[in-house]
Amino acid sequence: MPARVVAIFRKEFLQIRHDRRTLAMVLVLPIMQLILFGYAINTVVDHLPTIVFDEAGDADSRALIGAFQNSGYFEVQAHARSAAELRSLIDAGHAKVGLHLPPDFGNQVLRGESGLVQLVIDGSDPNIAQTALFAAGAVAQARGADIASDSVARTGRSSPSGGIDLRPVVLYNPSMLSVNFMVPGIIGLILQFQTLLLTAFAVVRERERGTLEQLVVTPIKPWELMLGKLLPYTLTAFVAATGAVAGGRILFGVEVTGSLILLGILSVVFLLGSLGVGLFISTISQTQAQAMQTAMFIMLPSLLLSGFLYPRETMPLVIQQLSLLIPLTYYLQILRGIMLKGVGLEVLWPNVLPLAAFSLAVFALSAWRFQKRVG
Amino acid sequence: MTQNRSSPIIDARHLTRRFGDLIAVNDITFSVYPGEVFGFLGPNGSGKSTTIRMLCGLLLPTSGECHVLGFDVTRESEQIKQGIGYMSQRFALYEDLSVWDNLDFYARVYDVPSDRRRTRLAELVELAGLQGRERQLTGELSGGWKQRLALGCAIVHRPRLLFLDEPTAGVDPVSRRRFWAMIHDLAGEGVTVFVTTHYLDEAEHAGRIGMIHDGVLRALAPPAELKRTALQGQLLDVVSDAPLEAARILNDAPGVRDATVHGTDVHVLIDPETQSAEAIASRLRAAGIAVRAVRPIEPTLEDVFISLIGSPDDRRPVSG
Repeated sequence: MPARVVAIFRKEFLQIRHDRRTLAMVLVLPIMQLILFGYAINTVVDHLPTIVFDEAGDADSRALIGAFQNSGYFEVQAHARSAAELRSLIDAGHAKVGLHLPPDFGNQVLRGESGLVQLVIDGSDPNIAQTALFAAGAVAQARGADIASDSVARTGRSSPSGGIDLRPVVLYNPSMLSVNFMVPGIIGLILQFQTLLLTAFAVVRERERGTLEQLVVTPIKPWELMLGKLLPYTLTAFVAATGAVAGGRILFGVEVTGSLILLGILSVVFLLGSLGVGLFISTISQTQAQAMQTAMFIMLPSLLLSGFLYPRETMPLVIQQLSLLIPLTYYLQILRGIMLKGVGLEVLWPNVLPLAAFSLAVFALSAWRFQKRVG
Repeated sequence: MTQNRSSPIIDARHLTRRFGDLIAVNDITFSVYPGEVFGFLGPNGSGKSTTIRMLCGLLLPTSGECHVLGFDVTRESEQIKQGIGYMSQRFALYEDLSVWDNLDFYARVYDVPSDRRRTRLAELVELAGLQGRERQLTGELSGGWKQRLALGCAIVHRPRLLFLDEPTAGVDPVSRRRFWAMIHDLAGEGVTVFVTTHYLDEAEHAGRIGMIHDGVLRALAPPAELKRTALQGQLLDVVSDAPLEAARILNDAPGVRDATVHGTDVHVLIDPETQSAEAIASRLRAAGIAVRAVRPIEPTLEDVFISLIGSPDDRRPVSG
């Protein structure tokens, strides 16, 4: 690495050491977020995207599916043709709930037995899983009562063992712990906010104190300055994220089920975008206060709309569409996909593509602007 | 004006810089020669900093051209950078780094070879009188220390040309004196120094002075020559019991070019053809002012400055 990049890199670390607030941001904030969000957050859910695999295909199975739909908690998105397809649609995040009705569901009901139904739930977000579980239980119970009374009307005798036998399977997060949902989100948040804020501040602070002007008079080249600024905060973000993964495991027992290497690579892609936004903010802000204000414009929507705090499924459609403009939205899908579901690129690519496109575009634009503004 | 036959180290020709409608620097032409201490004197907002920023390659000229160290400031600013040192009035130091770390950082940025870095840094610490404070945080230093450290950082790579933009602003008189001693030492080693200031007493330290006002270069000469030639007329010092009233009366009198209050005295610039010390004294006595003395004096730089551009705090354009 060129000597001048090393000079900047070294200086940033010396400054971090003297700056207690930045130090706290790097070391304490991740753990604080982990504990706060891990224990505290709860949300309300409805209209869960639902996939149906209806092998029975008769009046009774259709009536049950209708009852699920009418409850308001489930939104039937599509019909799967196999159990494997149902599972893969949930893996890919297209649906949160799967409803599997075996071929002899109608016959079981007709015979006055309990109709066996499998309910598959994506447990990565425990709020969603809880709601799905309770709502499905209520629907099945109500539908069971209807079947029983129908059967009484039809046969003239009560069927003692009628109704619906719902067998739930919770995927990815069987114990439905909030923390399994929150930990990947916190990692995304740490990576985004640390890199974005610290990068923007590191440049704007120099402008505010007049040292940027001093640097421009030296033979340092804009790209050397930029690299020297970006690398330290990339490194601290990685340390903090690693800390959060380790903390999630030690404190809450959250394991990374997928590939750590893929997680690392895609995190770099995401970081590039955050660093770019940070750089961009640094080119349009004269003071740290201005940088903070500008950052809030980006951070608040990310926090609220990306699916970090509130499941995107619960948002109005317009907002859901808007959230597709936020890189963190894609990165969260990737994080949860890799950490909880253990899936790979074959499933994640629809999230990876927009994320990579955004990151590269923003980084290139910001780097270009930075060179022009500083040079 | 050429005192030195060698080629100029700074050569500005019709240098102009506009910010929108404002002409910050208006068609100035001057040269600075190797080894000179060149003082650039003017009130706040006169265009001093804009000029120095163009010379350092921080700001592009709107028109005109300028060579520094033989390189064009517009097209070859990168080549200029390694050869110049720059110290701004804000002492661009990292307050959250120690004295040593500040010096070390700039040494690395200027590619001072690592085998020579320690000796050079120790040298600069000694020059700035900061021995024993190497590990102290820069933010804890007083103004004078910071100023000398900032100078140390600006010369860590031994530049041939040093730009100082109001280097003594906000620093106590003892520290200012010490700072100027350092500047003269550097000049003695052959470093060319371009220094801006609005302190008139400081300008006396310069070998040559350029006076700038409202972006226009009004005078360019050694201090002694300026004092001798810049004033058109005879300067009188009037000691009276009512200096403010006296200045007002004299400004309205015929044959008086200018009358300004200096402390308890009034300095009056007269046209010797039509006005005299005796006439001045009797005019004041007639107005009921007790005049203790009216005597011819040698002008100071301040007198020259005021006669050229009005009072140092007066930022109105000079009429005519």
